[in-house]
Amino acid sequence: MSHRLASGGRLIDRRQPVNFSFNGRQMSGFAGDTLAAGLLGAGQTLLGRSFKYHRPRGVVASGAEEPNALLGLGQGDRFEPNQRATTTELFEGLAATSQNHWPRLEFDLLALNNLVPQFLTAGFYYKTFLWPRAFWKHVYEPVIRRSAGLGEAPGPRTRDPDRYEQIYAFADVMVIGGGIAGLQAALAAAESGARVALWEQSAHWGGRAPVDGIEIDGTPAEDWITATLARLAAMENVQLRLRTMGAGVHDHGYVLGYERVSDHAPGDDAPRHRLWRMRAGRIITATGAIERPLSFAGNDVPGVMLASAMRDYLVNYAVAPGQEVVIVTNNDDAYRTALALRRAGIGVAAVVDARADPAGPLPQAARAAGIRILAGSGIRKVKGGRHVKGVEVCAIDSRGVAHTAQLDCDAVGMSGGWSPVVHLWSHCGGKLIWDEGGHFFRPDPARPPLGQDGAGFVLACGSANGDLGPVLGDAQATGCRAAQAMGADGAASDAGRDTPAEMAEMEPVWIMPRAAEYDLRAKMWLDFQNDVKVSDIQLAAREGFHSVEHAKRYTTLGMATDQGKLSNINGLAILSDALGQPIPATGTTTFRPPYTPISLAAIAGEARGPLFQPLRRTPMQDWHDAHGADWEPVGQWRRPFAYLRKGEGRTAAVNREVRNVRTGVGMLDASTLGKILVSGPDAARFMDMLYTGMMSSLKPGRCRYGLMCNENGFLMDDGVVARLDEGRFLVHTTSGGADHIHGWMEDWLQCEWWDWQVHTVNMTEQFAQVAVAGPKARHLLERLGGMDLSREAMPFMSFAEGALGGFDARVFRISFSGELGFEIAVPASQGRALWARLMAEGADLDVMPYGTEALHILRAEKGFIMIGDETDGTVIPQDLGLNWAISKKKTDFLGKRGMERVAMQDPDRWTLVGLETLHGTVLPHGALALAPGHNANGQRQTQGRVTSSYYSANLGCGIAMGLVANGPDRMGEVLDFAGPKDRIIQARIVDPVRIDKDGERQNV
Amino acid sequence: MSDTWASALPQAQFDGLIRIREAGLCGMITLRGDPAALAGPLRAQTGLDMPAQRRIVSAGALQLAWMSPDELLLCLPHAEAPTMVAALQTALAGQFATVANVSDARAVFDLSGPRVRDVLAKLCPVDFATLQPGDIRRSRAAQVAAAILSLEDDQFRIICFRSVAGYMFDLLAGAAAPGSDPALYP
Repeated sequence: MSHRLASGGRLIDRRQPVNFSFNGRQMSGFAGDTLAAGLLGAGQTLLGRSFKYHRPRGVVASGAEEPNALLGLGQGDRFEPNQRATTTELFEGLAATSQNHWPRLEFDLLALNNLVPQFLTAGFYYKTFLWPRAFWKHVYEPVIRRSAGLGEAPGPRTRDPDRYEQIYAFADVMVIGGGIAGLQAALAAAESGARVALWEQSAHWGGRAPVDGIEIDGTPAEDWITATLARLAAMENVQLRLRTMGAGVHDHGYVLGYERVSDHAPGDDAPRHRLWRMRAGRIITATGAIERPLSFAGNDVPGVMLASAMRDYLVNYAVAPGQEVVIVTNNDDAYRTALALRRAGIGVAAVVDARADPAGPLPQAARAAGIRILAGSGIRKVKGGRHVKGVEVCAIDSRGVAHTAQLDCDAVGMSGGWSPVVHLWSHCGGKLIWDEGGHFFRPDPARPPLGQDGAGFVLACGSANGDLGPVLGDAQATGCRAAQAMGADGAASDAGRDTPAEMAEMEPVWIMPRAAEYDLRAKMWLDFQNDVKVSDIQLAAREGFHSVEHAKRYTTLGMATDQGKLSNINGLAILSDALGQPIPATGTTTFRPPYTPISLAAIAGEARGPLFQPLRRTPMQDWHDAHGADWEPVGQWRRPFAYLRKGEGRTAAVNREVRNVRTGVGMLDASTLGKILVSGPDAARFMDMLYTGMMSSLKPGRCRYGLMCNENGFLMDDGVVARLDEGRFLVHTTSGGADHIHGWMEDWLQCEWWDWQVHTVNMTEQFAQVAVAGPKARHLLERLGGMDLSREAMPFMSFAEGALGGFDARVFRISFSGELGFEIAVPASQGRALWARLMAEGADLDVMPYGTEALHILRAEKGFIMIGDETDGTVIPQDLGLNWAISKKKTDFLGKRGMERVAMQDPDRWTLVGLETLHGTVLPHGALALAPGHNANGQRQTQGRVTSSYYSANLGCGIAMGLVANGPDRMGEVLDFAGPKDRIIQARIVDPVRIDKDGERQNV
Repeated sequence: MSDTWASALPQAQFDGLIRIREAGLCGMITLRGDPAALAGPLRAQTGLDMPAQRRIVSAGALQLAWMSPDELLLCLPHAEAPTMVAALQTALAGQFATVANVSDARAVFDLSGPRVRDVLAKLCPVDFATLQPGDIRRSRAAQVAAAILSLEDDQFRIICFRSVAGYMFDLLAGAAAPGSDPALYP
């Protein structure tokens, strides 16, 4: 059983015990422990159940590559599934739970899956779900949902109470990885004069050099690390950051970093995670290497670990994996673990070495220490279910039918060699080459990811570059090179001299034993997290999944949350072997960010709750809020849909507001309308191009309604244009269209008509605007005094500037309701005061605010179109009967050529009409008008659709507008509309203008 | 009529990692045109020289900021903006130049304290190590447009559209929450 040793542990503080719980059981570790170290130290080796087969699983690794030790952390609102025990720092009160078992971790009924593994082989989804069809929904899905998976999602009603944030940062040289190579590279770059950022994903600097017993300049690595850190910390051009993972490398030197600010110290008022958005000139990946497992039967039994991880637990946390350990290897590095265990007083039953004659310095040292070495051998199988009980050894080249030795042990350390962490190098297109000596993929320096200057912007160094021997010399050179590329060429001090033990050549072993029978291969795990075995990859190859990307998706190899950090190379090797081709010919799957999963909350940053997106507020927003506004979103604005009086429903409020505008006076907050100033000697010419109608003939002081189309002739925006003077126009756009239209104008002015003398200024927010509409509108405004608003002084479609009741006002005589109407624009800072003044002055006139729904109904009663209702991006002005607003005199305008295309000239285009149900009811929005017959898909043919539909309180019936084939030629015809539940609603085609066809009311 | 005027978020304030104050009513005038044509009239009306690229020049209560190769922003007391607009329009008559009073289209926040760069770095993709007093950046804060003015050491001003004043204030207050100092800048 795993246990804590009485002394040692370079990262723990024994004076500070830390209490935590696992599945409710109280345990104790030390400050500095990871959760995995704490659990192993407390003797807990069984940590969870596997994805498909519910096999017992324990810790395999000691860092970010861990596939098995995923736990649920926290409770209630703070519960989070699938957290890696190996990268979770222990803190007082931590509560962890195991995952994917029923009913208990120790006794899991779903482990029955393990007994019928042939049911769950590669591609089982595709094979199982063929028939019978009725089983899909009622049998397969519920069963699989129940049995397959990892942690459960947090409850739907939980709300994460923690804070998360993002931050933008900049550097000349970004070094990712704070091992000795990263420290050296950062120092060299900083001494050269570059601005340097250095991130380390764990809580400690130095990487694995201290664990591996590396000496630098003749003293233990630890001394050099401390000294180098001190030098870096003293430099102003260096940012050092622990607990920050380089998550992804993107174009133009953009790097995402994931800082776990307070995961290790909850209860602080610090944010929990911080997402770094770094822009760097050069990126150095010093991300180290990851040890590979070996594929032997039972390599997933709790107690089987990476040899390097055993060493980490032993040296860093004084945690031993067991009492008696077997090491199995194909290389010299694993002997370090055997020697470390022996030094710590742990039994080493044997080192099982696949090589015929392990004779390097480390094997010799092991021999000298009295450790038994079984050369030319492999593990035939691991004995034990919930924990290791022993291993059977066989000849490495055999079929594994019989064993040559049996060893009792309670832990197995495996080493299949090392793979450089090439993820970040590869994210942005860096290519890899196969290293024949080390049997791994390494960055190809000739094909780095290229930046905008055509040069590589990512440089790899240390073991991440495939240098498994000394690294500091290369790291120093890399740091200098990166700095020089950024124009920093100061002198860097000499590199440290690291002297790792010499390693004899490794011997690749992808299947152990090499000619293993099927029953052994079916128990050799490649991808521990997704339960993919050697036999699954071989099956996929036989079934024709020869591309590595296909085999990956068919078997799910490497698709788990660890992204195949342990399984990738082993899986490629098995696939290559099955296909009879060398590994480089098979290639790798694509490395994608993030390097390890990052929290969704960090990606959201501050954009949650009230800050999810900007809420735009008019100067009168607070007044509306205090007076019953029922809000509706309009772009990023929220506008009052209606103002509900006490006890009043939405419908009643809307009807009241609609009636009031036709009989008294109403007020609408029109501040959201876009207002763009277009000025300059060529302004009139520009306006004639923007609008379908003629704007250059508009007289100063007058207003004109206009339509804007895109190049295809489709209607894009509409509104009233006021000509302020000869060279200045004020363009009103729709509420949602202001920013888009301003951008559209600038696009044409900057890219196409750059020699035209026109300026645009978006004045939308400068003005608060109030529409005052209704028969009593003039009466109300005259009470404010200061301007002559008479019909003679200010006729329909004119405007005037003046002091209205003391406000600096521009008053437009325009109407979107068909009633006598004015729109008053004042500086936004005065909007609230103007509104209050009008409400007060009009109290005895029963002035009422009205919302957007009343606005819509009033315009629909008049047959006025609304962008977004009558238009949907496929509608041209002619479809809406707006030919009168298209100039025939102009030689050109935006959209003119589009309108001349055949499809736009089609006489059968759906065209605007009014619609009236036979019984006065309201047509459903968007309902389709049915036509005889069916199309090729068996769907009913259609001949039109409803674009707007309301109840009109003024007319006492439903009114609607719609687009109907040849509509205007079919007045009086009755059409069938498809209602809900196959109900047919009949409606008659009528004139869309339902009130005051001659426009008398707005003209008074 | 002074009581009829109200800035976007009157008296809004927050104290955390930094001090945040809504600046109240500020006068702002957008000028567009060829800098060579604008320089003379501007100097005559304000006494200010043309700012260099991404720079602000100031004299007393007036500040003139570079906004783009053909755009300037003149900041002045709110009440003086209409007169100044009229004067500039007269001075620039006949030229291809545009003068517009945008005082009320904006909200302004003053930010101060030694951690101000760290707070702004959470919201704006700006390298504050290269932003010196007297610099201006047109950028964004989270999802909205923003102009960031470095006034003096540890003292910044951020300008946004008036309608998003509440969003901007909440953003700034959130980024300045106690305990969240990222210690990025010295």
